[in-house]
Amino acid sequence: MLLRHTSKEIVERKSLIVNPAKTCQPIGAMYASLGIHGCLPHSHGSQGCYAYHRSTLTRHYKEPVMAATSSFTEGASVFGGQANLLQAMDNIFTIYDPDVIAVHTTCLSETIGDDVPQIFGKAKTDGKIPEGKHVLHASTPSYVGTHVTGFANMTKAMVDYFAKQNGHKENRINIIPGWVEPSDMKEIKRIAGELGIDFIMFPDTDNVLNSPQTGKFEMYPKGGVTIDELISTGSSSGTVALGELASGPAARALDSKCKVPCKILDLPVGIKATDRFVDTLRKMAGVNVPESINIERGQLVDIVTDMQAYFYHKKVALVGDPDQLIALTEFLVSIDMMPIHILTGTKDKKFEKKILSLTEEMPHDVNVKSGGDMYLFHQWVKNEPVDLLIGNTYVKYIARDEDIPFIRYGFPILDRIGHSYFPMVCYRGAMRFLEKILDALMNRIDRDSSEIAFDLVM
Amino acid sequence: MTNIPILKEREKQIYHKGEGVFDLTCDTKSLAGSVSQRACVFCGSRVVLYPIADALHLIHGPIGCASYTWDIRGALSSGPELHRMSFSTDLRERDIIFGGEKKLYASLVQLIDTYRPNAAFVYCTCIIGIIGDDVDSVCKRVTEEKGIPVLPVHSEGFKGTKKDGYKAACESLSMLVGTGSIENIGKYAINIMGEFNIAGEAWTIKEYYENMGIEVVSVFTGDGRVENIKRSHGASLNVVQCSGSILRLAQIMEEKYGIPYIRVSYFGIEDMSKALYDVAAHFKDNIGIMKKTKEIVKNEIDAIYPDLVRYKKALSGKKAAIYVGGAFKAFSMIKALRSLGIDVVLAGSQTGNKDDYEVLRNMCDEGTVILDDANPLELSKYCIEKSADLFVGGVKERPIAYKLGIGFCDHNHERKISLAGYSGMINLAKEVYSSVLSPVWQFAPKKHNAEMMK
Repeated sequence: MLLRHTSKEIVERKSLIVNPAKTCQPIGAMYASLGIHGCLPHSHGSQGCYAYHRSTLTRHYKEPVMAATSSFTEGASVFGGQANLLQAMDNIFTIYDPDVIAVHTTCLSETIGDDVPQIFGKAKTDGKIPEGKHVLHASTPSYVGTHVTGFANMTKAMVDYFAKQNGHKENRINIIPGWVEPSDMKEIKRIAGELGIDFIMFPDTDNVLNSPQTGKFEMYPKGGVTIDELISTGSSSGTVALGELASGPAARALDSKCKVPCKILDLPVGIKATDRFVDTLRKMAGVNVPESINIERGQLVDIVTDMQAYFYHKKVALVGDPDQLIALTEFLVSIDMMPIHILTGTKDKKFEKKILSLTEEMPHDVNVKSGGDMYLFHQWVKNEPVDLLIGNTYVKYIARDEDIPFIRYGFPILDRIGHSYFPMVCYRGAMRFLEKILDALMNRIDRDSSEIAFDLVM
Repeated sequence: MTNIPILKEREKQIYHKGEGVFDLTCDTKSLAGSVSQRACVFCGSRVVLYPIADALHLIHGPIGCASYTWDIRGALSSGPELHRMSFSTDLRERDIIFGGEKKLYASLVQLIDTYRPNAAFVYCTCIIGIIGDDVDSVCKRVTEEKGIPVLPVHSEGFKGTKKDGYKAACESLSMLVGTGSIENIGKYAINIMGEFNIAGEAWTIKEYYENMGIEVVSVFTGDGRVENIKRSHGASLNVVQCSGSILRLAQIMEEKYGIPYIRVSYFGIEDMSKALYDVAAHFKDNIGIMKKTKEIVKNEIDAIYPDLVRYKKALSGKKAAIYVGGAFKAFSMIKALRSLGIDVVLAGSQTGNKDDYEVLRNMCDEGTVILDDANPLELSKYCIEKSADLFVGGVKERPIAYKLGIGFCDHNHERKISLAGYSGMINLAKEVYSSVLSPVWQFAPKKHNAEMMK
């Protein structure tokens, strides 16, 4: 019954979201904050917001997710949340002893007009911020942008609060990975390491949200970018930012604040985007690409050639966040698949244009929308079925209703484990992506083939 | 890690049984800056009303509140599943400035025309309380225009705690109760209240009552239907589970319709049996009901007893930590775990009140730690200190337990296995057994180190 609520006929809706393909800014800010070492994210709003964010992040990462809240009451909502935030900082530094508190706002505190920098100023004067401890904040009203915007704003806040020029440039590169999995961040670091580059990644949730079982509960796991590193980003020789929406604002802020030139690239999903990423790193750092990376790339190309016969003009429907979808669309087109429905919940003018240009040569029309919802996406799939669905866990309803193979990719993934350990970026990640695609297609053939046609060998 | 500082204001929210005077502070708002495991008013309302499957649930506010509550509770429906969709007015910056009433009206009209629900609930989120949308009059207008009850739920997140959200939901429900026909409702009829049909639990319970010869008018709110709620005032007894969530409605129905209520729990053999007997005792003019009840209890227990003994043998002497939403659930869990030979070394709740904690203290053994509104540091500290083998909790506690290298049992709304009733008791035993005695803990450093020390 749940699934049968979607009608084929598309009626325009002006004021209503049915089955969202997005969520609000603060959860993105919380995820980014967790990529700072020893940081406790703090939600300046009522208690429910952070409870929902922590629960959702916990369901996705299967890790304890720590954060604090200003616990707004009616009083705070009338007289402002200054007293709450001051008390919160005091309590947090006393009890939870983080190195950093990263405050993000909510629709509530934004609407009543709390001025967080001013409150920080008061906290400093009152001695509520102990020596050697840090605070930062991002403004993340839930009624502007989406979870991706929140991530971008908190990442930019890291630059605004900490990055410093120290007079000369070091031979070091900043890498802003965008909203990807901890496993992806680890893989991007591995590639940079293979190239022999000195780099700083921020935010970095590797070893925070994929931390090992130690028999202990660690409030602040080992990973994350340190404040010293964030300060040093201002004296790096360049920045590589991955994903325009999630990483662009921070990269541009570093450029204007500390004159660190930046290159904003697509997420390194697929061969072409990874080539551009590796090449940019190579040029920026003045290094040669080692044989080890050439081998990885060669293996990926080898897999693609082995698989290409099965990909030819297979129709795919994609839903997710803009940075992911742009890179993925390019990847799918490059292996001769046809992404024909592409939808994101995040409104972004450039998105539709970019997707249309990527699919220009494809022999099929494309439905593309930014600011859509899962209901519309389902309607598209009903009107023109596809061979494969790619999206977050909520796509499983559509996959079941329409009986279409489905790969989980994006945020949130609530019903599987592995995404935080196995990357989907760079050459190795692309191999895993291809494996998943082929598995999905071949499993379907095996399931549907008659006994006579049921085949042992592909 | 075991030596963590406790905030002065929180010291009174932690009690070690057998030490000092018992004067636990509870029913307070969480301190600003706390890493509490609690949620908000909206969350309270949403969980109570969510299982009403043929109603429209529209969340009025920015997108987040709708996204985070989209189909995350396994409250099953035997028919319509409109409750599993997510509807939001998705307020944007312009709406915050100019108000969201027009958007709300247009959304309601379009949704009601499309889905033809039997009622609609409009949840107010934080922002509505600030920008001052007149949700009541929009609801009234749509009620008149569309001919179905459209009910505002005043669940602005900051206006109290989760408990206030329960209250707001009960008040919305009370507007539905009493609006249906009570013809054809017999003398021995009850409402099952505070049962949300997680993993089909309401169906199990309903079957027991029906086998006893008792008619169930409405379940609040598991597998809920608007029509049943409307005529629920025709029942002669309200049987209330889950202390906090729906008590307010039972009180309203007592005041308004003179329907008495009793409080029960369906977890564990002891409490489950007591619930059935208490209901049978209420209808004492019909001795057939009590006779049937005795038969049912005997048969059910006979059926699970041999298995239970087997599990108890394996689990005897293990230690458990319980941290749940409502305290009433903790009482049942302590009894149920005891019947499996497990000792409870930590018991706490997010929302217990003074009376609850008094009961809890009387139930617990010496040395048990009792906590109100705990944080993860406290929970892990006491788990280690008390060498717990099992943690019973919800989504946010699960990974903490696993990091400590101890078993876990989900007793919250994300559980997939029915834990209520007699069959539920065996499910609980099985789940606890499989987690506590899993061989994987041999790889967890804590256990590993202990082994090496030998």
